[in-house]
Amino acid sequence: MMTCEYNLYDPSWCPGCGNYMIRKALKQALEELEIPPHMAVVVTGIGQAAKMPHYIGANGFNGLHGRALPPAIGIKLSNKELTVIAESGDGDTYGEGGNHFIHTIRRNVNIAHFVHDNQIYGLTKGQGSPTTAMGQVTTLQYDGVKVEPVKPLALSLTMGAGFVARGFSGDIPQLVELMKEAIQYRGYAHLDIFQPCVVWNKVNTFQWYKDRVYKLPEDYDYTDFNAAYQKSLEFGDKIPTGILYKVEKEIYEDRFQFIKDGPPLVDAQLDPMDAEKLLKDFY
Amino acid sequence: MDYTILIGGAAGQGIETVVLLLEKTIKRSGYNVFTYKNYMSMVRGGHNFMQVRFSDRPVTTYSTKVDMIFAMTSETVDFHMGNLKKDGIVILDEELHKDRDFMHLPLQSIAKDIGNQKVVPTIGFGVIGKYFGLDPEIAKDALGETFKDKVLQMNIEALNKGYELTQTEFLLEKKKDDKIIINGNQALALGAIAAGVKYYCGYPMTPSTSVMSYISAKSKEMGIVVDQIEDEVGALNMALGASYAGTRAMTGSSGGGFALMVEALSLAGILEQPVVVVNAQRPGPATGLSTRTEQADLRFVIHAGHGEFPKMVITLRNPEDAFYQTARAFNIAEKYQIPVVIMTEEYLTDYMMTVEPFDFSRVEINRNFSWELDDTNERYKRYKYTETGVSPRLIPGKLKGVEILVDSHEHNEYGNIDESIETRNSMMKKRMKKLEGLKEELMEPEQLGAENPEILLVGFGATHGALLDAVTRLNEEGLGVGALVYGDIWPFPTKLINKLGKDAKKIITVEQNMTGQLESLILEKTRLEIFDRILKYDGRAINGDEIISGLKSILEG
Repeated sequence: MMTCEYNLYDPSWCPGCGNYMIRKALKQALEELEIPPHMAVVVTGIGQAAKMPHYIGANGFNGLHGRALPPAIGIKLSNKELTVIAESGDGDTYGEGGNHFIHTIRRNVNIAHFVHDNQIYGLTKGQGSPTTAMGQVTTLQYDGVKVEPVKPLALSLTMGAGFVARGFSGDIPQLVELMKEAIQYRGYAHLDIFQPCVVWNKVNTFQWYKDRVYKLPEDYDYTDFNAAYQKSLEFGDKIPTGILYKVEKEIYEDRFQFIKDGPPLVDAQLDPMDAEKLLKDFY
Repeated sequence: MDYTILIGGAAGQGIETVVLLLEKTIKRSGYNVFTYKNYMSMVRGGHNFMQVRFSDRPVTTYSTKVDMIFAMTSETVDFHMGNLKKDGIVILDEELHKDRDFMHLPLQSIAKDIGNQKVVPTIGFGVIGKYFGLDPEIAKDALGETFKDKVLQMNIEALNKGYELTQTEFLLEKKKDDKIIINGNQALALGAIAAGVKYYCGYPMTPSTSVMSYISAKSKEMGIVVDQIEDEVGALNMALGASYAGTRAMTGSSGGGFALMVEALSLAGILEQPVVVVNAQRPGPATGLSTRTEQADLRFVIHAGHGEFPKMVITLRNPEDAFYQTARAFNIAEKYQIPVVIMTEEYLTDYMMTVEPFDFSRVEINRNFSWELDDTNERYKRYKYTETGVSPRLIPGKLKGVEILVDSHEHNEYGNIDESIETRNSMMKKRMKKLEGLKEELMEPEQLGAENPEILLVGFGATHGALLDAVTRLNEEGLGVGALVYGDIWPFPTKLINKLGKDAKKIITVEQNMTGQLESLILEKTRLEIFDRILKYDGRAINGDEIISGLKSILEG
């Protein structure tokens, strides 16, 4: 039997931080899917959420702020046998990394993307993030945020993502299921996860989320794009969680015949003489 | 013998077609060819020109004076008459510059009879072919590789008409042809493919784009992922991900795009992730002169990246260098787990030159990573302290129970964030220690001309061909001049320049930038004095003639 237990290491997160719950769900999801730790890679940018690779015993690539997705794609295309999870915060993903986010969706590489969305910057101490509400006073926006928040799920939906979901760190059983679905989904899977920042966001508290989130009903049709779009905009007294949208799509890797049908790219035998034939064009 | 034909006209008129046909035909007739390309950043219009130089001797630079001008516009004549040799000729349509004593030909009306104005360049090609006595069968084969079906038939007719329009004045006798003709970016791309690049991601930017497009054309055949990314920031980060997973990865751009990669270059430094990055220089600042040439990114590139970390910078001198040095760059990157930046220049990316066929058996592939743990009882340390500073590298997914963590923060041997004084100092020393090994790896600059010269010219990169031409001719004139041309440039090799420099009376630098960036590097790393400098920064490549005249005016004071 394969060992699929993930070691945990002492984090430097604040007591009560939503990251603990997200990590717990991540560990449980990976273990229940029986993915051995040496076959999983957690790729992150910079921020409190982005420290995840240090605190869970998978392979880890802790890169630059905003840049979790590009290396995640590079890893997946190089070794299709790895389970690749990009994970980072709302500022990292929707702000600094906004361009990568948009174009990663277009690519539809088979990776899961877990965004820890606490609607604030934590590591840099309380500035407004791309998901902070208009008007909210922060440690930088003294008289309130003056720009409209990003609508992450509407954005990924309209860019053509085939898997769009929302979870909440306060509901671990649901979060585990969503993570498992996202990891198993063949293609780019966007999972935005609400989490409270107990130190820097005094508006979107655990209670704030708890009072608002509701699970999408059982008879909700997640293949209906228009319904999903409506749900993705619902962000007030009631906020839906669960899988908003899920359809099958061709993945990027399959558009390269040699990746689709061949061994992982990384296993290619390299021999300079294989390229000698290319010289004939230059005579 | 040594001839130069200049072909000029507006963008979109078919200059490139004539040049391509001439290059192939003359090269296959057994002659050395060198094509210098000069264009504006326009898709239609403007004034572009190319010069095809050919000789029975090796040619490594373009000539200021030309023997023939094939003018497709009257501006071509206006711009270039000053470059025409006294006995040179001008070929052009009968309707252009009617009052001048040129070789006026009914190019347009013949094209009209054939039924397509686009065959004008091929008629001109036929005229030139006949003038130099080139075998029409070789010319037809070249046409067959360029055109197809009906269009080919029209072009063959155009070629034949061209051959009928003039007499043979210089007969290029057919000789043995065993060389290849190639430009710097094609050679660079071939070097990368030979080295086993499996992942090339980038964003198009002149003059780097043709590296990506060549590899892309061979992508299916060679099993290489070529990916056009949203921006250069993403490109280098993605290449680092691919490298982490164990493939040989590469990206490239020109100065502006390279600037966007600088953050991730620093990341490569602390991750200790091997990667090869190309910077194909063009004149800046900012957009600058997008289709022209310069060597002004030297200081920028050697210092690129926040913080301190080891990297290597190689400047390419010619197409052979582009092939062999690019292949070598991958080995160095993996041996020391560092980023290696290859610098080329628009001039070298574009000029076509006949060279000896590349020897693929000379390319070695040394990965320097292991598929096994050396000590199975210990938790794997990606950043283990070692004598050389290089830690044993494993790749993810290959060993059960072994997870690999790489990190952009300062970290301990396991790759975990660690801000302690002890770890910081040890890790800085560990990374920088790699420079010691790297210095042993360096190739000294190539020495040209006199063995112990009194006058020593020093340059780097693509001025190589011009320096070779200048030094050869000056020595033929009896002036004992030598030159050093840097390829490996960072870390800066100092052995040979110190050896020659202490006896040389005058060291003169030759650079395509305004501030003398190589000069400042020599002053920084040696105790030598620079007597004077030849600098050019107008965006046009320097040639042998200009180096000779520059040197003579310095010596005459």
